[in-house]
Amino acid sequence: MLKEGQIRIPAGCAISGIMNKKGELTSGQDIIKSIAVMHDRSNGLGGGFAAYGIYPEFKNHYALHLFYDDKKVKQETEFLLNKFFSIEQAEPIPTRNISAIKNVPLIWRYFAKPKVKEMALYESESEYVVDFIMRINSEVEGAYVFSSGKNMGTFKGVGFPEDIGEFFRLDEYKGYSWTAHGRFPTNTPGWWGGAHPFSLLDSTIVHNGEISSYDANRRFLEMYGYKCTLQTDTEAITYIFDLLLRKFGLPLESAVNIVAAPFWSKISRMNSEQQKLFKALRVVYSSLLINGPFSIILGSTNGFMALNDRLKLRSLIAAQKGDNMYIASEESAIREICKNPDKSWAPKGGEPVICLLDGKESLYEFDQVDENEFVRHSVAL
Amino acid sequence: MSINYLTPAFLIERDKDRCIDCQVCVRQCANEAHRWDEEEQRVFSEDANCVNCHRCVVMCPTRALHIKKFPLEFRNNANWTQDAMRAIYLQAETGGVLLTGMGNDRPYPIYWDHMLLNASQVTNPSIDPLREPMELKTYLGRKPDFLKIKKGKLLEDIPPQLELDVPIMFSAMSFGSISLNAHKSLAAAAKKVGTYWNTGEGGLHKDLVEHGSHTIVQVASGRFGVDADYLKTAAAIEIKIGQGAKPGIGGHLPGEKVGEEVSQTRMIPLGTDAISPAPHHDIYSIEDLRQLIYSLKEATEYQKPVIVKIAAVHNVAAIASGIVRAGADVVAIDGFRGGTGAAPLRTRDSVGIPIEFALAAVDTRLREEGIRNQVSLVVGGSIRNSSDIVKAIALGADAVYIATSALISMGCHMCQKCYTGKCNWGIATQDPQLTKRLNPEIGAERAANLLKAWAHEIEEMLGGMGINALESLRGNRLMLRGIGLTDRELNILGIKAAGE
Repeated sequence: MLKEGQIRIPAGCAISGIMNKKGELTSGQDIIKSIAVMHDRSNGLGGGFAAYGIYPEFKNHYALHLFYDDKKVKQETEFLLNKFFSIEQAEPIPTRNISAIKNVPLIWRYFAKPKVKEMALYESESEYVVDFIMRINSEVEGAYVFSSGKNMGTFKGVGFPEDIGEFFRLDEYKGYSWTAHGRFPTNTPGWWGGAHPFSLLDSTIVHNGEISSYDANRRFLEMYGYKCTLQTDTEAITYIFDLLLRKFGLPLESAVNIVAAPFWSKISRMNSEQQKLFKALRVVYSSLLINGPFSIILGSTNGFMALNDRLKLRSLIAAQKGDNMYIASEESAIREICKNPDKSWAPKGGEPVICLLDGKESLYEFDQVDENEFVRHSVAL
Repeated sequence: MSINYLTPAFLIERDKDRCIDCQVCVRQCANEAHRWDEEEQRVFSEDANCVNCHRCVVMCPTRALHIKKFPLEFRNNANWTQDAMRAIYLQAETGGVLLTGMGNDRPYPIYWDHMLLNASQVTNPSIDPLREPMELKTYLGRKPDFLKIKKGKLLEDIPPQLELDVPIMFSAMSFGSISLNAHKSLAAAAKKVGTYWNTGEGGLHKDLVEHGSHTIVQVASGRFGVDADYLKTAAAIEIKIGQGAKPGIGGHLPGEKVGEEVSQTRMIPLGTDAISPAPHHDIYSIEDLRQLIYSLKEATEYQKPVIVKIAAVHNVAAIASGIVRAGADVVAIDGFRGGTGAAPLRTRDSVGIPIEFALAAVDTRLREEGIRNQVSLVVGGSIRNSSDIVKAIALGADAVYIATSALISMGCHMCQKCYTGKCNWGIATQDPQLTKRLNPEIGAERAANLLKAWAHEIEEMLGGMGINALESLRGNRLMLRGIGLTDRELNILGIKAAGE
């Protein structure tokens, strides 16, 4: 049977997210409880979490999480890692043995900084790191980088999300922002890399839905050097935001208006200045419209954003209690951990819910790109 | 005169029980296939003159007429077919090049019919176009690589775009090759539906200037009718390099078709032959094309998109790439089944490649070079129905050009005799007795109806795939599966086989 990446596998899902705007740290217990309520929305073939603020002692290092099929490929990959990065610490990610989780790969993490002399050819540090990850994931058979941000980590595998949470001992980590994902793939990948969240640098994405624009999106992304090796929607959505926000330097609201573009009928009712902007966004980035059902939580160091497709073909609920923000596929998943929120609402299709840490103005802070000297840079080698 | 070795191609059957000798057929047939015999006081038919255009069949008030293939059989021969032999008789008699009209009619594979579309089941919902918004709006023109936005404001305008409410435009047919009433029909239909029609290379008649905002004007090798006003009146300008029906050769409108109106519109003397050279004599290479593109942009102050139209030939992908880099805003590709008013038969039937392959190859190549998003791709060359369009867009087109379908909507019955100037449907003729048969209001209504019907069908198919905006189908090749194709063909089309 073909595994994920060799074949495109549609999936339904559950998603959940919690964050504290003041940056107060909490353990992974709440998010596990929340996603566990939606047990029936996944089928035991994939679960995972993203946690921000968990590695304060290495906050300036890239925390690279890797799956290896065997020791040989680990050796091969570590040779490359050492060539391109200075490794501060390398260790197996601590896990608990639980009966529900089987066929576990080798799971390692590395706290690393890029080697300056190797970076000369790249526009920026992030470009360098992304390129390295792309190469490992597409070219080294049996190795897979599944987390690569700073002071954050993704934990995922094959199993129900609550079991995955226990397996990775998430109750022992403390973070200010958590997202979770339970997967219902319509095929049996049995591959840990195929679980979600999907992450690239600090940004993570959990996603529910099957996008019908996948190949249009993918083929556009590939022009900019992205390699959609997993053939999943989530991977494509991650790259879309990476392209729009990091490479093109567009503001988040513009990115939202591209992926969940307002209908032409709505644009025609805007004032002329707005009309010009919205028309330009739709015309120029039409291939990045995400069509079909989706609900996503896009996580970053500064907070997260939840978004529905423009027709709202997937459920998504948001709630707030004091400094805590909650997002989930179902309201029950919020009420489980927050009995009486101050308010809860169903965001409209295409209307983002943006939750930021106090004092932060945007979800992402990238290396400044001088717009006049912007050149498209292919990461393909 | 020597004996004509040709036998009639068609047999006119007249049911004498039904025929009332009303002479409608006599008056309707410009080919003189029906004749009134004064002495006998009855109508006779001349089989040899019949081109099987169905005009008399449709107009006969008593349904007394049938046209059949002439039953005369040659001895069976898989190699020396009737067509092959008839061509030789004709050429032996005249010593001339065989002429024909409309598109390639040979039984080459039609790849549209070897591709199947997808639909949503369970894992994502199909969308009902009667209940949910469904967007077909398409913008053609050059796109910048990225937008500069500051504080919610666009810092730089995007280049000029053509706005299409349906992803279908009428492709180039010149005034001269078709009648003024046909032009009027197309122009009014384009306006009605929110799309564009194309003048072809014969200029823009003064009566049609009012439709300028929905007009694409062509600049071809003969430069007929081109002046500053012509360019400025239009919504876009198309440089015609080639045409699918006759790649590599020019055009020839015989002097007898150059009457008062054609002569004025083409800006040539009355009754003179209008000859379009095979190449543009100022374009002998790609760098020359760039100069023409920018001359036209300069002349129109960068307010109009410039389209470059080429025929689908073997090296089409590399040529298209060059055209994009030369500054074209839209690349139009015409497949080998594209129609024509007149073309040498051998060229029409054996030069060029299918549009399906050309489109797939060009889209793939432009993406590999990272320049696909800069331009729009329009394809034509036998788009027969709405599913051909959906497949074309899934392969990578932005929009399609139709011409033959548009003419059929106005009455054309595909007799392939456009070059004779005796079109009984009033389309491919300048004879005032014939052109008045096409009422431009009815023609416009029918052509517009066709586009509306196809738009509805496209919406249904899009909704079925769970897509509510056409742009999400563009280049979305996962929505296609091949059937009955070799691995090599699947590979060129960039699609999987059915069942994969």
